[in-house]
Parts: sequence; structure tokens; C-alpha cells
Amino acid sequence: MSKVIGAPADTEAVIGLEVHVELLTASKMFCGCRNAFGAPPNTLVCPVCLGMPGSLPVANAKAVEYLCKAGMALGCTIAEYSKFDRKNYFYPDMPKNYQISQYDMPLTTGGSVTLPSGKRVNLTRIHLEEDTGKNVHAGESIARSAYTLVDYNRAGVPLMEIVSEPEISSAREAEEYLAELKAVMSYIGVSDVKMHEGSLRCDANVSIRPAGARELGTKVEIKNLNSFRSVGRAIEYEIERMRACVREGERIVQETRGWDEGSGTTHSMRSKELAHDYRYFPDPDLVPLELGRALLSRWRTELPELPAAKRTRYVRDFGLSEYDAGVLTSERSDADFFEAVAAASGNPKQAANWMMGDVRKVLDRAEMTLASARGRPEQVAALITLVANGTISGKAAKEVIESVMIDGRQPADVVAERGLAQTSDAGAVAAFVDQALHANADSVASYKAGKEKAFEFLVGQVMKLSRGKANVEMVRGLLKERLG
Amino acid sequence: MPEVPIDIAHVAKLARLPLSAEEAERFSSQFGRLFEFIRELQALDVEHVHPTAQVIPLHNVLRTDEVRPCLDHEAAIQNAPATEGPYFKMPRILE
Amino acid sequence: MTMNTGHEIREAIARGEVSAVEATETALAAIAATERRLQAYLQVTPERALARAKEIDAAIARGQDLGLLAGVPVAVKDLFCTQGVRTTAGSKILENFVPPYSATVVRRLEAQGAIIVGKTNMDEFAMGSSCENSAFKATRNPWSTEDVPGGSSGGSAATVGARCVPIALGTDTGGSIREPASFCGVVGVKPTYGRVSRYGIVAFASSLDQAGPMTVDVRDSADALEAIAGFDPMDSTSANVDVPHYAAQLRNDLKGIRVGIVSEFEESIAPDAAMHALYKRAYEDLRALGAELVDVSLPHSKYGLATYYLIAPAEASSNLARYDGARYGLRVDGPDVFSMFDETRAAGFGPEVKRRIILGTYALSSGYYDAYYVRAQKVRTLMKKDFDEAFARCDVIACPAVSCPPFQLGAKSQDPVAMYLMDFFTIPMSLAGVPAMSVPAGYVDDLPVGLQLVAPAFEEGRMFGVAHAYEQATRHAWARTPIVYAGDGHAA
Repeated sequence: MSKVIGAPADTEAVIGLEVHVELLTASKMFCGCRNAFGAPPNTLVCPVCLGMPGSLPVANAKAVEYLCKAGMALGCTIAEYSKFDRKNYFYPDMPKNYQISQYDMPLTTGGSVTLPSGKRVNLTRIHLEEDTGKNVHAGESIARSAYTLVDYNRAGVPLMEIVSEPEISSAREAEEYLAELKAVMSYIGVSDVKMHEGSLRCDANVSIRPAGARELGTKVEIKNLNSFRSVGRAIEYEIERMRACVREGERIVQETRGWDEGSGTTHSMRSKELAHDYRYFPDPDLVPLELGRALLSRWRTELPELPAAKRTRYVRDFGLSEYDAGVLTSERSDADFFEAVAAASGNPKQAANWMMGDVRKVLDRAEMTLASARGRPEQVAALITLVANGTISGKAAKEVIESVMIDGRQPADVVAERGLAQTSDAGAVAAFVDQALHANADSVASYKAGKEKAFEFLVGQVMKLSRGKANVEMVRGLLKERLG
Repeated sequence: MPEVPIDIAHVAKLARLPLSAEEAERFSSQFGRLFEFIRELQALDVEHVHPTAQVIPLHNVLRTDEVRPCLDHEAAIQNAPATEGPYFKMPRILE
Repeated sequence: MTMNTGHEIREAIARGEVSAVEATETALAAIAATERRLQAYLQVTPERALARAKEIDAAIARGQDLGLLAGVPVAVKDLFCTQGVRTTAGSKILENFVPPYSATVVRRLEAQGAIIVGKTNMDEFAMGSSCENSAFKATRNPWSTEDVPGGSSGGSAATVGARCVPIALGTDTGGSIREPASFCGVVGVKPTYGRVSRYGIVAFASSLDQAGPMTVDVRDSADALEAIAGFDPMDSTSANVDVPHYAAQLRNDLKGIRVGIVSEFEESIAPDAAMHALYKRAYEDLRALGAELVDVSLPHSKYGLATYYLIAPAEASSNLARYDGARYGLRVDGPDVFSMFDETRAAGFGPEVKRRIILGTYALSSGYYDAYYVRAQKVRTLMKKDFDEAFARCDVIACPAVSCPPFQLGAKSQDPVAMYLMDFFTIPMSLAGVPAMSVPAGYVDDLPVGLQLVAPAFEEGRMFGVAHAYEQATRHAWARTPIVYAGDGHAA
């Protein structure tokens, strides 16, 4: 376990995360209402997800498939027999005052998430459940508003809860864990994992203990974590708060604390509620799941190559660095784009440089993504080829990339239109070189006197005379020849 | 009156069903007789018996992921005791 | 009073002797004539019914095929959701609830041409055996208006017993169709669990609830069940098992049929000489029709009551959590949302419902779940096995439906356990999920008593066959006229 920054050397943090991921199905978990974010309030509802008298749930096959695929991607064991249970408690965003969830027989158990350091964080389980509605409140907080307004559009959206073992030891590891989960989920296409839209939500269980101690310290659950950044900040804050408690000789209370993004602090969510007794029992409206080997192995074959495997392959086959491989694989669509560029150009290293460099730069500037950009991999590859075969300079290519990515132009067209093609005609290049040598006798003298810098100046002069079109490699070669 | 093991006040809280003192007392005595029957169950040896949650031997009853029409917004909220705009309205939540 | 059965009405309509509008008007008139004394309905819907009847007549005039229940007036218990028609489940907490959708069985009835004339009274949330737990009114027994009609489907039983409509729908969780059917002298069918969709039926106990017909004769039950049964993609627990044409399975003799007589039940009924004699005669009638009587045993049936009163209230405590004043139904406001929940539920539920919510919450609560709920589910397994073993020896079981004829209003309302015991003979079938029905078997103290017939899962056709032979041979339902017609000037 790593040491807590700033803590006494003998304190370590123990963190477990409960991550809720909304599944990207077309319809809700137990009814046919559209599963979508941002619709007008209470328009994506029906008797089932409003919990109306007499309504009954029927489980969405796709949600079960997605959860199992997520489980397979994380190395979980898929249960041979699983069932849905009711979790009973009263809350106004929950139409039936129970949540259909899974208690003692979740769809998957075990599995792990591997952090960039190579550390494996084990998973306890992943289970399937339904999301709740949303309480909207006027004023600054729920408790201070005079009334609550509820939108049930989100009620019944399929949700998987991924529970980790308490094996994360820092805020940074927590963020890395989430990033990896997010990458895996987006790879297999089971969720759009947008924290700001709530399709990925996180609660953190945090405790501290003397370094090397075996038993866990008193645990605090932090809620309301709605960005990777706030997960990290909240955990850091909470570890500091606990450490201060210990220093002051105060007792750490087992409780739920809310994260306040504005103040950057956690606060106790004192509940008037008695200790929760969820009275789980098998939902008699639903029947058990026994998925069978044939179905599970079919799903397994449908899984795409996962980020970890891709990273290994990029390093091994393309000779990329671990870091570059990590950046390129963080989103599946980006990795797919990159691989298409690499294949079409036959130059993976250049493809990687372009994707992480100028392509990224022009997209960021235009506030676009690879998906929304008009440029396709073949065009980027064509540009790389134009540089490789000496048609244009690398510098000229940088001028072309924007038109290619943003406007979807063909690189060759842009080059022709702007007259960016290099001159590789030996006679023409030699004429520029001679003209430059003639006009800059001082520099020639300096170079000959040992000033290496003068060489670059001369290259620059040649390029200037050729208005950038002379093939720079030829220029260098000729200059060396003449000066040598 | 036979002993009733139920902590009625606690259970009433879980059920969000406040009872008057009179109700709680009446229920308690009525449960007494019922528990005479329930206690007979405790005598049965069921150690090796599987529980039956559902009498029908069904499994994997799943629907394909298809969107079906939702309720019209008006129909969805027409029964609401209180609304504000498109929302269901209720008293504030005290945490 | 000439009251026709549903199939007679349909045939008369087919022959053009009567219209759906006329059949509906006849039913509405009979309801109007008896309702003051019977109190069977929470709502009669004449405009809707007549409008629907006109549509049926128009469809027939256009030459459309007649549905199985074309033009037949039907009443439904007030827990079947009916789009645009208030549905209360007999509870104050749903007093003003107007569902935006209809139950699958309601849609199926209407698809077969049935005319729904109204919503019948019931024990609140189907919890009760006398209809006295309705938040709105107490329904009377058409054979003796001092007495209860049974429950919880008391209004449906009473309106059929009074010959106002030939068919009504009820629901049965532990006996809520069969006991009132027995009390009101009608046929009442609890189908196999999973035979009929529960979608749109206000839930009491999800693993036990089943809707079924209550009718004057067996043929109507067969037709009505055929109309409503079958897989529903909206109900995960509805079985994908073909629905036969039950009417084709009706028999007139019982040659080759082995009828199981349950020894434990015979011991229970023996102390009541009149009841004992009635059932003895019923078994002899079956034998006279050619049946072979065999003794069978349901050794765990004595645990039925305890098992049922753990499982059903546990499920109910969760099913009824949604009634909180937030989205529909009654609201009693409070300073914050949880006090609103509390106040609403305290004011909206009646005593029996509260009792069961408390009991069920307890059975599921931490520390007691295994001792009560899980144990009850295990005993349920044993009970199911009892039936499997019994049906290895017989084709159907014949046994008492009730332990007594109808009782006076108020006689048991202060003693819940005495009321619970009314379901002694009906609970085991509910727990095992097997189909069972009550068919009129005669009278004790001039009040109707039903014989219960039970078949293996999805063998309703066999059960109807036996019931039909018995009914046609004995004709108990036609032996007398319900007393509700004496004194109101509407007697036959």
C-alpha cells in the first residue's frame, strides 16, 4: 500500500469504490420506455416505471447481456443461477418504494481492474438493478427548499453496480481505477460512461489505518461524486479529515458523508432514518436467470479487443511507448481511428504522432471529436504518405491537417490548391542553393570556421528563396556537398 | 395471551405506517393467536428443503430491447395529488 | 326473473334474437333492482357499457365474427385496472385513482366482445374473506342479506349469485374467488398460477395472485377462462402454455376418472355434521357419475395457514409500499415528504391491511427473514410435493371449499384469525399454484355451499370436465332463487 501524502509515515488509506454505470440500452430495464438523457421531465414514463398499481416488470435481455459482457471484460465469473431481489426502503424518487436489484445471487462475482502500475484491484461483484428518478429542488439544497419536484424519466434505467474490494490506496489510484473501468465500458459499448450526465456515478468507502495493519479502520461512505476529479478530491479531503481526527484524538464515526463540489469538503449526511433494514427478498414478479454456457460463450466471442490487450499489441507490434499506447487506447473509437490510419499509411509510429499531436490539436481547437470530425482515417493516412514520399514537407502537412480533419478535404487537393508541393527537381534545388551561398558569404565563412549554427541559417535561406517548396532533405544534402 | 415476538413500533417505522397505541395493542394481541400457528412451522424439519419463491418453473423470461410508446405526459401526471410544471410535487426532503 | 348464462346470451345474439344493447340493458336493470340491498358495486358504468354494446352490435351487423363473449355483460372486481374508469382496490388510498391503462385480462375480455358493466366491491386490497374490509361498503349475500357474500371477491360473487350478470372476474390469492363463490352459490375458478396475466391487477401477493371467472354455470367459466388465459409479454410469470378450447373438454359422466378425497380435510370437516353430510353426498354423486374415489393425503396442508400468513403479507408489505401519496391516490400532507408518507399511509389503509403490512414487514425484517419467510417458502415446497404425490394417484381432487355456510355480517370481523381460518381448505392449492374451483354443491341452512375441485397445474380442462358433469347431474344452482329478489318487487 502506498503512503498517504502528507500523512504520518505510519498511516495508510483503504478505499473501496461502488460504481454505478447506466447501460446504453434502447429501452429501460423493466419496461419499454426509451432510455435517454435530457428529455422533458416525466415524458419517458409508463405505468411500470411510475410504479402504478398493477404494473409488472419484465427484464430487458440486452441489459443482462451488457452486464455479462462487462463482467467478462473484467474477468468476472458469470453466475449459473441468478435472480432479482427487492430492496425495500422509502424514498420519493423511487416509484415503488423498493428497488429491483440483486442481493445474494448477483450476475457476476470476482474479476479485477488493472491499474497502469500493474496493480490489480479485485472486484467483489457486479449486479443489475434499476435507476431511480431525480429529485429536482428549488434553492441551494434539498433540505432548504420548501418542496421537492420529481422527474421519473430516469426511473427504471438499467444500472450495473460494480463493487470493488477495499484494495485502492490513494485518490490517484481511485481515479486510475475509474479511468480503466470507463475505458472498458466504452470499449464494449455497454455504456456511454458520461459522469456529467450521471451515466457513471461513484460512491467511495474510505478508511485509514496504521500502515501494515490487517484490520480495517472505521469506514466512511462518500456520496455525490460526479466527476473523476471530485472522486479524487473527495478522497484526498476525507483522508486528511480522518487523519486530523486521529491527530486530535477524536473518534472517526461510521457514517455517510456528502461531497460538496463548491466548498471542496465532505459533510455528514445525518439521517433521521433508523439503521437501514432493506428487507431484501426475491422479487416474485420476476423469474430467475439461468443463462447457460452456449449463450455465454456466444457473448464472449462478441467481445472486442479490450484496452489492455490493445496496449500490449501497440507496444509489441508498433513499437510505441507504454504511454502512447495508453493515450491511444483510452477510447475505443480513437483507437479504431488510429489503427485505420496506421494500416492505411503503413506507418504506425507516424500515425501515433499525428493522432496524439496535430490531429488532437486541431480537433481541440475546433471543439470537435474524432467522431464529429469530417476527416476520415484514409485522409490522414494519405497526408502521412505525402510527407513520407517527399511530396510535401512536414511543416506543410501541419498546414493541411486542419482542412483535412475539420472540412474533410482530400490532402492532395489542399496541397495542390495552396501550391504546397515540394520541389525535388535537382536542378531547381541546386539553383536555390547556389543563390543562397552566393548571397551569404559571411555565413559560409562562419561555417567553415566551425560555427555549426551557420548551416541551419543557410538551410533557412534556401527555403526562403524557394518559398518553402524545396525538398529540405535535398537542400541539406546539396549544402553539405557544396560546403564540404 | 401467548407471547408475540414482534416489536411493533420498530416494524411500523420500517413500514412507514404509524399506528395509534390502540391499534398497536390490538394488533399485538391478534398476532398472538396467529403465532400459535406460525410456531408450528418452527417444529418442521426443513433443513434439506429448497425454498419455493415461485411455483412455476420458469427462467430467463426476458424482453427484447425495444422501445415502446410511453404514457402521454398528461396521462402520466393526471393522478398526481400535486404537480408543478411537468413535475410531481411533494413536500421537501429532510435529510 | 329469467337470467341467461353468458353462452345463452351469445347464442341468442348470434341468432339475432337479442342485441348486445338489450342484453346490457337487462343486466343494468337487474343491477338497479338489487343494488340497494346487495351493495355489490363500487361503480356501475352504464354509459360506457351501452356505448360498447352498440359497437358490438354494429360489428355484428357488419358481419364480423362473434367473439367468445360477444355481447355478454361482465362485472370486474375493482382491482382490475380499467383505463379511464376509477379503480380503488376497495381502499381509501386509491379512492380517486383513474388508471391510464387497462389490465391485460380486461383487454382480452373486451377483445372477445364482453361488455363491462361495472366494478365490484371487495375487501381492501383483496385482504379478507367477507367483503367487510372494503373501505366503502359491505356487500350482502344474495341468498341472505343478513350474511356476508364472502371475500375478497365478494361483490363479483354477489352480483353473479343474484343473477345480475352471468360472468364476473375475481382474484384469488388464498381463496378469494372460491370462498365467495361457495357463499353465493356460483362457480368460481382459481386458475393455475401463471395461467392468467397479472398485468394491470392491483397486486396483493405476487406469487399467489390469480384472476379467474365467477359464473352461474361451468360452461361460462370455461369460456371466460379461455378468453382471459394465456401468455402475456407484460407479465414475466405468465406461462407460455397453449390455452385449449375448454368447452370441448366438458363431460357428462366421470367414467374412468379417479377422484382423490383428502383424508386430512375429511377429518377437519367431520365435526360439522351438516357440512360433512353435504360433502359426503357430493362425493357419492361423483361416484354415481362413474368416478372412482381414492384416498389421498396432503400431510402438510395443516401448515397452510401459517405458511400463507407469512408469505402473502410479506409480499404485500412490499407491494403496498408504493401507496405513499406521491404520484397518485390519497395524500395527507405533512411538513416533509416522509411525514406525508406516514400520514397518508396511516389514513389511507384500513385495519386489516395495516395488520398484514406489519406482519409482512416483520417476516422480512433483519434477523427474522430466515426463521419466517424462508422457512415458509420451504414448507411451500413440501406442500407442492404433497400435490404432486396426490396427483400420482388421482386425476382430480374433490374436497370442501369452505368449512361453513355464509355467516352473518360482523360475526367474525373482530377476530382476524377466525376469518383467516375461512381459507383453510383453499390456501394449500394457492401455495402449490394448482388450479382449483368451487362449484355449487347444495345448501346448508338454506345457504349455498360449494364443492372444491382441484387439478394438476394447467389441467383446468380436466377440472372443468368433472365440474360440468357434476353440475349437470345435480343442478344445485338452479334449485332455488336468490332471496335478494324476494321483497323488492323484482322477483321471478
